[in-house]
Amino acid sequence: MNETVQTPPRNVIEVRDLVTHYGDRMILKGISMDVRADEIMVIMGGSGSGKSTLLRHLMALEHHTSGTMRILGEDIDELSGVELVELRQKLGVAFQGGALFSSMTVGENVMLPLFEHTGLDRKTMEIMARMKLEVVELGGFEALMPSELSGGMIKRAAFARAIVMDPKILFCDEPSAGLDPVVASQLDDLILLLREALGMTVVVVTHELESAFKIADRITVLDRGEILFIGTPDELRADPSQRIQNLLNRVAEDDNMDADAYLNRLTGEEPAYRPL
Amino acid sequence: MTPTDTRHPIIAMTEKIGRAAVAGVEEIGLGAMMVLESFYWLIFGRREKQTVRLGAIAEQCMAIGIQAVPIIALLAATIGMMLAIQGIHTLRIFGAESRVTVGISFSVVREFAPLITGIVIAGRSGSALAARIGTMKINQEVDALYVMGINPVRFLVVPAMVAMLIMVPALTLFSDFVGLFFAGVYVNLDLGISLAAYMDQTIDLLSVDDLMHGLGKSVIFSILIAVIGVVNGASVQGGAEGVGKATTRAVVQSISAIIVTDMLFAFVVTR
Repeated sequence: MNETVQTPPRNVIEVRDLVTHYGDRMILKGISMDVRADEIMVIMGGSGSGKSTLLRHLMALEHHTSGTMRILGEDIDELSGVELVELRQKLGVAFQGGALFSSMTVGENVMLPLFEHTGLDRKTMEIMARMKLEVVELGGFEALMPSELSGGMIKRAAFARAIVMDPKILFCDEPSAGLDPVVASQLDDLILLLREALGMTVVVVTHELESAFKIADRITVLDRGEILFIGTPDELRADPSQRIQNLLNRVAEDDNMDADAYLNRLTGEEPAYRPL
Repeated sequence: MTPTDTRHPIIAMTEKIGRAAVAGVEEIGLGAMMVLESFYWLIFGRREKQTVRLGAIAEQCMAIGIQAVPIIALLAATIGMMLAIQGIHTLRIFGAESRVTVGISFSVVREFAPLITGIVIAGRSGSALAARIGTMKINQEVDALYVMGINPVRFLVVPAMVAMLIMVPALTLFSDFVGLFFAGVYVNLDLGISLAAYMDQTIDLLSVDDLMHGLGKSVIFSILIAVIGVVNGASVQGGAEGVGKATTRAVVQSISAIIVTDMLFAFVVTR
């Protein structure tokens, strides 16, 4: 029965008409996007564009209002608790601030997913953790506490922890935020290396244009909760849309606003925020 | 910027009170859920692939219980002696100093040992729990646990709650002994009653009921301290300042809860 042999889904992430709210405010307004296997997808957008929200939903950390999301072929709304835990073992996340546990050493941080999800003996887990630390060029640092590391080292340690279970998808939240250009560029190289060496799909959220063009196979541009563009970096550069060109050339957008509404906002006679 | 409030002050005030009440009820509900969820993971954790680690519980027992022994010993001894001093001073009015043991033994075992232990643990470990969970939340460490497939309640809350449930009653029993002993030492020095005679009297006076009265309270205190610490830590917002506020709030709330519960418990049980 050759037909039953499963081929891996071409799209590892499929988002359809995703609508999310924060309180009463609509953040994502019906987003549809796919992430293909083995590609590096960069999600870009300014502050408040909803890119971080989208990432949190892709990591199944939030509940959405409507729409569907399939990760590695599984509809995350239909998963039980145990199934979600099993799915999460196939996802790795490198958080913006690293999110290393400050009470544990770097080595223990990297080992934690192994310790929780595998029955391996400690020696084996230590070796596996050291191997991942070597990949991110932090070999020999496993006995240090996170507070003893520099900003760039914390991010690399976070990468080591994210890949220790050999995930199918790696999520990176603002990998270059708060780093100097050299270290930021090294992290970009690391992301490229991880994709090459470990064959994982990578989803990166960033607002750094340079970094996005360097690593992306495809770029998704979000603006005010809507998708403005999905395509390759070259297509993005060539896009004639004014909003895209403003983004690329770092031009601040004029906020066209009715004069009366502006006056009302100044005098405080109506709610200051307009629902997005 | 909020729009100028043009409503009548009484209406605005009523709304404020209403919102505060709803927030309070919400917090109590969250606390209750936390207790239920903790027991769920403790009992069914293995089935859901969320085993509660014995090592983590032992670590918390060490931090919450063993490391608090010196300060609890010091305060229990002080309270014991204070009771002896006040008791002798008061009873001297009637020339009944020798009956001081009655007051000391009941007060220490039924009231002061559980109360002082609860307050010290609330200040030491309730605050630490709120600060730890709050810091982890703002550093995205709680999110990191979720995405690693580790339930934060199982990983962070259950070990602390179990350790409290074990260590607060244990420390209460410990402060019973320390408090009674040091009160005895003072009685011996002041009134010349031998320590052996004092002990004999104490054991005669106290029943298992008295001991259980104190220990029963301490079990309730332990849950209160853990839950209040966790709920405050989990509701931290706005960076380091938020952690500080939550920590203070946790200490004030848990000490108030302990004192009110203490009175209610005494009222209900002695009826």
